Amino acid sequence: MKAFQQNEGTVALLDRANVDTDQIIPKQFLKSIRRTGFGDNLFDAWRYLDEGEIGKNANERRINHDFILNEPRYAGASILLARENFGCGSSREHAVWALLEYGFRCVIAPSFADIFFNNSLKNGLLPVVLAKEDVDQLFGIVHREVGYTLRVDLGTQTVKGSGFAAHFDIEPEPKRLLMDGLDDIGATLAHADAIREFESRHRQRMPWVFARDGNTA
Amino acid sequence: MAGKTVYDKIWDAHVVAERDDGMTILYVDRHLLHEVTSPQAFEGLALAGRSPWRRDANLATPDHNVPTTNRARGIDGIDDPVAREQVVVLDQNCTRYGIEQFAMTDRRQGIVHVIGPEQGATLPGMTIVCGDSHTSTHGAFAALAHGIGTSEVEHVLATQCLVQRKSRNMRIVVDGELPFGTTAKDMILNIIGIIGTAGATGHAIEYAGSAVRALSMEARMTLCNMSIEAGARAGLVAVDDTTLNYVHGRPFAPRGAMWDRAEDYWRSLVSDADANFDTEIGLDATAIVPQVTWGTSPELVLGIDANVPAPEDFDDPAKRELCGRALAYMDLEPGTPIASVPVDRVFIGSCTNGRIEDLRAAAAVLDGRRVAASVTQAMAVPGSGLVKEQAEAEGLDAIFRAAGFEWRDPGCSMCLAMNDDRLYPGERSAATSNRNFEGRQGHQGRTHLVSPAMAAAAAVAGHFTDVRELA
Repeated sequence: MKAFQQNEGTVALLDRANVDTDQIIPKQFLKSIRRTGFGDNLFDAWRYLDEGEIGKNANERRINHDFILNEPRYAGASILLARENFGCGSSREHAVWALLEYGFRCVIAPSFADIFFNNSLKNGLLPVVLAKEDVDQLFGIVHREVGYTLRVDLGTQTVKGSGFAAHFDIEPEPKRLLMDGLDDIGATLAHADAIREFESRHRQRMPWVFARDGNTA
Repeated sequence: MAGKTVYDKIWDAHVVAERDDGMTILYVDRHLLHEVTSPQAFEGLALAGRSPWRRDANLATPDHNVPTTNRARGIDGIDDPVAREQVVVLDQNCTRYGIEQFAMTDRRQGIVHVIGPEQGATLPGMTIVCGDSHTSTHGAFAALAHGIGTSEVEHVLATQCLVQRKSRNMRIVVDGELPFGTTAKDMILNIIGIIGTAGATGHAIEYAGSAVRALSMEARMTLCNMSIEAGARAGLVAVDDTTLNYVHGRPFAPRGAMWDRAEDYWRSLVSDADANFDTEIGLDATAIVPQVTWGTSPELVLGIDANVPAPEDFDDPAKRELCGRALAYMDLEPGTPIASVPVDRVFIGSCTNGRIEDLRAAAAVLDGRRVAASVTQAMAVPGSGLVKEQAEAEGLDAIFRAAGFEWRDPGCSMCLAMNDDRLYPGERSAATSNRNFEGRQGHQGRTHLVSPAMAAAAAVAGHFTDVRELA
């Protein structure tokens, strides 16, 4: 996983609530068996006017100039400012991979869907929850000031920019893993003895959980 | 001390360790796998030199990508080389790691959330996960079941555990008798319309009340399936005789003395009378009418007797904006009776409504009737090979075919249109699936979610219509 300590970058806006993962990365791109190759198809149906297909060259596509991320002022943005319930719907982690590959390292929103939030933490995309009033204020600032940048610092759990400062919460363990770029499998396997002990008790108590042919465990 | 909810009980029975940071390492009893969200997890496992913690906890099947025609050709029948590679890779991973798979030509193959319950691989009290958000389906069995991402698929493969923070408890009590012509699908759409797509975020929902108790297991699966559309990762129903009667005799279910022991425990999977719910919602089943979604979020839903709303009907500016955007995408005018909206394609299937009772309900409407000439395509896609066999044994396939429906092989099909079953730009569907997001069923396609009977009625009428008047 990509480590995240801090990120300073241009902020892009996506002013709609309930952005679902079908919009973030449409299903035709989920046929890939890889974790990469999704960046060109982030928000595909909104970014382009023609229908996206796997393997289509992004340079030959018809750009939807009305879509906000296609505005030149947001080119190279690494922070996405979004609305309520961002990432709802399908559990597809491809949505997070697509956002990262496009260049986003952080999404700021008043709320996230649960599965998307978890998927983000596990890939080094920092989901930052700020109060709705703070998000409203940021939307106003970014709208007015072309090239507005924010600095998101995970260590101090702060979001700062010209005329704006806010603190955000994050659980300590995901924070540690993000800071160091570690996956959590290693951390869980440190409890391998506890897992084995639980499993053996569980097998005694509920043998049917372990039976595959009806009555043997 | 307050009593426990069903969710509390299942949670407590699976705690491996409480970490210092307040997170819980939770043991996973059953892990279901499919071709779309597992390849990167298996790759990660191999790269780290790890192997599955407990192979027999896993059960795999290809479902998202598979064509619903030409099944006899197996993997070779997948024309799309990219899709084929994904199914091949699932096959290879299952062979390599010794994971049981119902492969494409296996008669038990089907949608992962249909085959788990069908096989008895889904049992009460289990923790069940799958890289698919509709894993909440299995909660119908008083199991704690939810969707996970690919990193978590790898985590479960490697450790047989998930690191979780406990959700809050929500209870949705639906009392009274569901009226004629309405189903569990109408109940859950109605609930989502009331609480919204984020209404249950951070919660595990328990569905309770006399209307829920009266539902069959398949109907309870439909109800729990769409919990994620209300923002809840998990939805569940307490154990009762209906649950146990369904599970008994299934291939993976315990038998003999082990059944008796299991039943003793399973009977305890009801919420205590003094259990505390963080949020409680009550609903009158007798007031539910057949539902049709009109917009691009499952919460944008109407009774069949209602008209499409206008942005100014909403007080919240965000909802007003959502309404305006949805009207434009769906090409609908405010005030249009939903019953006058024509449909181009009809899709009956999916993990929400692809089971035998769903096919029976649709066939009951179609018997002796024909799909309207204005409908381009009507498809019935059984949820599994065994559902298909059962339907054929009952002669349902003949009814579908005689009515002008295509009778297909099992898979996720047009629910998410990863295969060739799809809407084309500007087309409108009546679909028994679970999501009406923009482009979900095909680029610029327009989806209206309904029950199987309502989908069949729309196929016959050529537009949405009240199934209560047809039956």
